[in-house]
Amino acid sequence: MSVLDKFSDPKLCRSLLDRIHAELDGELRFMEVCGTHTVSIFRSGLHSLLPDRVIHLSGPGCPVCVTHESEVAMYLDLASRDDVIVATFGDLMRVPGPGGRNLKAAQADGARVAVVYSPFDAVKLAQANPDAKVVFLGIGFETTAPTVAATIQMAAKAGLDNFHVVSFHKLVPPALRALMADPELRVDALIMPGHVTSIIGPRAYDFLAEEFHLPSVVTGFDPLDILQSLLELVRQKNAGRAEVVNMYTRAVPEEGNPKAMSIMNEIFVPADALWRGIGMIPGSGLEIAPAYERFDAKKVLGLELVDVPPIKGCRCGDVLRGKLTPNKCPLFGKACTPAKPVGPCMVSTEGSCAAYFKYNTEL
Amino acid sequence: MSDKKVLLDYGSGGKASQRLISELFKAHFSNPVLNRLDDAAFLDIAGPIAMSTDTFTVDPIFFPGGDIGSLAVHGTVNDVAMLGARPRFLSCAYLIEEGLEFEVLERIVASMARAAEKAGVYIVTGDTKVVPRGMADKIFINTTGVGTMLTDAYPSGENARPGDVVLVSGTMGDHGLTILAQREGLPLETKVESDSAALNHLTEKLVTEVGDIHVLRDPTRGGLATTLNEIAQSSSVGIQLEEELIPVNDGVRSGCSILGLDPLYLANEGKFLCILPEDKVEKALEVMRADENGHGACRVGTVSAENAGKVIMRTPLGGKRLLNMLEGEQLPRIC
Repeated sequence: MSVLDKFSDPKLCRSLLDRIHAELDGELRFMEVCGTHTVSIFRSGLHSLLPDRVIHLSGPGCPVCVTHESEVAMYLDLASRDDVIVATFGDLMRVPGPGGRNLKAAQADGARVAVVYSPFDAVKLAQANPDAKVVFLGIGFETTAPTVAATIQMAAKAGLDNFHVVSFHKLVPPALRALMADPELRVDALIMPGHVTSIIGPRAYDFLAEEFHLPSVVTGFDPLDILQSLLELVRQKNAGRAEVVNMYTRAVPEEGNPKAMSIMNEIFVPADALWRGIGMIPGSGLEIAPAYERFDAKKVLGLELVDVPPIKGCRCGDVLRGKLTPNKCPLFGKACTPAKPVGPCMVSTEGSCAAYFKYNTEL
Repeated sequence: MSDKKVLLDYGSGGKASQRLISELFKAHFSNPVLNRLDDAAFLDIAGPIAMSTDTFTVDPIFFPGGDIGSLAVHGTVNDVAMLGARPRFLSCAYLIEEGLEFEVLERIVASMARAAEKAGVYIVTGDTKVVPRGMADKIFINTTGVGTMLTDAYPSGENARPGDVVLVSGTMGDHGLTILAQREGLPLETKVESDSAALNHLTEKLVTEVGDIHVLRDPTRGGLATTLNEIAQSSSVGIQLEEELIPVNDGVRSGCSILGLDPLYLANEGKFLCILPEDKVEKALEVMRADENGHGACRVGTVSAENAGKVIMRTPLGGKRLLNMLEGEQLPRIC
């Protein structure tokens, strides 16, 4: 058995499941902040094995899902410009904007859209197309932002004047603070995103225990990681404790990744940001710092957010705030499917609606 | 040919075209049917027959484990073979972008000739069009295949029956991940290689020596998951898979893990799945494992009357999840 296989070893997982069944006292409503945890819970079949009293709620941890309607409208307008090549990660291609339009449709209409696997490829694209303005869609959390920052550094070093980033990056801790302050939210504990935490370090969440008395665990994405974390949360809850525990020490150092943070903090500055379904959260986004504003697509190309009304009937906001499980949304599986997504939670590979639709055998 | 690049003249129908046919295509594909060079190929073939056509536009045109030429032979040969037929003749039409290096075209044609010889089929007729630079991407190839049926009770996606067993001939996702990694220049830690191969000799043995094969399909685009969903729907049956039994190469598994892709939705070009009654399984596996294209064959699931139209996967933990049809193309994730 390889080291990796050990993290999904059926015997170990079974014994942890048994412990959770035996020790769970009452209901455990936990939020998986990161969409990849949601997908993992379904893909591994854990959803069908956990006790019914373990209720998992999605959080705001899918970068595609939290991209605001106005931000989608902005980059779709940008894509329609003749002098612009939009470079993007594949996830955004099918995200519906106003009128159900998306980048795939824009591309079919003649927009120049390039799917890249790394933001560095967008720099290469700019070098290969000196007559066009290449704009990278900077969407993602603390995991992605340092790489995009390094890309801007690279473009600066190469003296490029046709590479720009439209920064819609978002920060996880301010969003969690805003969510947890919501009196309507019923969450007992949280599973924190492993990738984000590998950058910012687990201490960034101490406020959850101190201010909100919420147990939380930083964990990986294999079944064993998730089960160990749930057992820890059950035990903390039973004992009335609230601590932030790092159970993903193989990937998450206590201090995070100071080098990545330093690059991110050199290129970006915190800013207010719009979150889909949640609205404006102060200090929860990243803007390009004034010293690098020649790379800032919003400034160079004069882009502005315009008000876009929320999509009628779409309850992605409630899903992202843990107030609704996807299958309880009236549009789920009817008006909203992966073939014709109404909201982004159905379109993103990490979206909780997509995970419910794609993997849930009980539907 | 003295020219170094393919010129528009080559598709003109004039002398340049004739030179291309005699010095390239006839030289590589030489066989009694083609060599007559009439307007149509005279085929000595008696029905019932199977026929299939496909157009190949793969990018890049050369990749580890194959190229667009061999792929254009394998793809159509396999489609004909999956009906329980013996592929016999292929047509071959090229759409070439002006300026393609002649040496590249010749490598592709030579590769097609080798693939056709190995599969035991004749390339008997063809067509060449050259379009101005920018109107196509290097080269597109269409092949049409004709084969003679080997059995009246031919395998079909409609024939899966409750109690049947699902076999696959080997690892899943190799071709899809190889193409993706090459196209995007992804530095994968473990080497991956396309499985592109002609499967007709093996499927012929299954049909003639084992018999009672209900379904034969090559899970190309959309991969195993999409193909099984099509079968579940066409046959109105449920298909249960055991995740830990489905073979996936380590390199493909780790590459997919990094990119957020599922190997069960990636294309295969040298694998097939076979659905047949339980009492035929042992013999079928023996036949498959004795062949170079089936030595990794194994059982991966069963067919049932429950959950008609759905494919359900039992995970190694004993949980269940739906294995849905692919919606559009798989796209790699942000984080």
